[in-house]
Amino acid sequence: MTAQLMIFLILAAIAVAGAVSVILQREPIHSAISLIAVMIALAGLFLLLESEFIAAIQIIVYAGAIMVLFVFVIMLLNARVEERTNMSRMARYVGIPLAIFLLIELAYQIGAATLSMTPQPATEGMTRGLSMLLFQDFVFPFELTSILILIAILGALVLAQRNEGVPPKRGQEKST
Amino acid sequence: MTGITAQSILLVSVIKVVVLLFLVLTAVAYLVWFERKVAAHIQGRWGPYRVGPHGLLQPLADGVKFLLKEDTTPLGADRFLYFTAPVITLTLAISAIAMIPFGPASVRIFGVATPLVVANINVGLLAIFAMTSIGVYGVALAGWSSNSKYSLLGGLRSSAQMISYELSLTLSVVGILLLAGTFNLGELIARQDGFSWGFLPKWNLLNPTFPQVLGLFCYFVAAIAETNRAPFDLAEAESELVAGYHTEYSSFKFAMFFMGEYASMITVACLASILFLGGWLSPFPQTSGMDWTLYIPAGVLALSGFALIIDGVRHPPLGRIVLPLLGAALLALSFLCSRTGVIDDVQGPFWFLAKVLFVLFVYVWVRWTLPRFRYDQLMRFGWKVLFPLALLNVVLTSLAVVMRK
Repeated sequence: MTAQLMIFLILAAIAVAGAVSVILQREPIHSAISLIAVMIALAGLFLLLESEFIAAIQIIVYAGAIMVLFVFVIMLLNARVEERTNMSRMARYVGIPLAIFLLIELAYQIGAATLSMTPQPATEGMTRGLSMLLFQDFVFPFELTSILILIAILGALVLAQRNEGVPPKRGQEKST
Repeated sequence: MTGITAQSILLVSVIKVVVLLFLVLTAVAYLVWFERKVAAHIQGRWGPYRVGPHGLLQPLADGVKFLLKEDTTPLGADRFLYFTAPVITLTLAISAIAMIPFGPASVRIFGVATPLVVANINVGLLAIFAMTSIGVYGVALAGWSSNSKYSLLGGLRSSAQMISYELSLTLSVVGILLLAGTFNLGELIARQDGFSWGFLPKWNLLNPTFPQVLGLFCYFVAAIAETNRAPFDLAEAESELVAGYHTEYSSFKFAMFFMGEYASMITVACLASILFLGGWLSPFPQTSGMDWTLYIPAGVLALSGFALIIDGVRHPPLGRIVLPLLGAALLALSFLCSRTGVIDDVQGPFWFLAKVLFVLFVYVWVRWTLPRFRYDQLMRFGWKVLFPLALLNVVLTSLAVVMRK
């Protein structure tokens, strides 16, 4: 039990430190790397809750696919140190009080709830249970979401092809 | 067996990790030697021959050379990422092998029976794919942090390529998941046990419900692209980009990229033999007349031992001593493998390693046979040929599974 608590604390510390670092880093690519660290720490937390499937999917989808696109775009634009504008300074004065307010609210809610340290043991075949939920109980919303994503992809293609009727460059195929 | 404590289980795991790490690093070093030898013989050359008999000490010489070269960092490089990128590549490539089971038998360390796999987890296959999907960062960050246009272009190219082919790679194994219904690599092999018509093994490649021939094709092509090897090695097209994403790397940091590439080759070959070729299962049915097949491992070892002894006599002084000694060791090993009690335990690892070696040979063979693709051809092939083929395989396999029920 203590070993589990220790691993939890380490992972939580990595996740929080990564999240803070996302905001504090001046170079976009360092922020992206910090975000990846957060994702991987979260996957570790899922492992601690005995949901191996979710942990693997968390890494494959978030760290392996979405963040790769982020890094890819940053590399493509060759973005270096970010600039401070009047608007971004404004955000500080609005954002910090808002964040503090959110933190207090969260702390209050967590304090009000009863905390138990034991993770719920996953019933046999986490993967099977999840696929039953997705493809039987919630099959309609699930399919609706995939149509939504398809529309988003088509929209991106239409927007990308709009300039002066030139045929799409081959570089655009990979961005979808 | 009351003495099994958490500490001893931890100790056994640590021992397994150390042994596997040693084996993998040695295998990587000799895979380089193997590739150079095969390449040389394909092109009618001799390959490494100077350092040790048959160039067998070449990997050692290469390692020493990598360690002694000057380690440079380009001006304006992002130092932290420049150092992290090779570490990411090598670490992920090696840790993916921890999920590979090498045989059905279990070994006893300090009285604790433990299977021949470091991390036997339920979603083993997904975990390996997770490792390869993060592996893109090594390449992308190396290209970005080097502050060099060649590195940046190489990094961009190969990360785009890896993202594109990862889809086909993952889709190509869905057929197998449909047939087996599990992510656990050990169970995936166990499902392939048995023979149709008494002689044809029920490996997934020859599955009676729906043979995964298309799946294997898609998997192998996508895997070659995923590991950035010829004919898909545009990341390091030396005629256009010097050396691609690792242009600015030297000394041992370059060696880490190099070792990472070969380690991921080993992972891909292991996975191919587990998923499509029945892993550790013998290709021969264990019926009454087929007992002699149990002696194949011993026979192969004995033959190679004799060959080494005969060959060693023709070599200059060092080889004349070392090669026959190696041969004698192989003969002793062969004798050990033919004894009852051991003979059953060596079957699994032997067939597994034989299949892995075969896949690795095909890997090298392809590299030295096919010319490099052009970048637009690569993208078009990935998205318009390979991806639809992998999808087709999924649709056909699920149809076959439904018809069977």
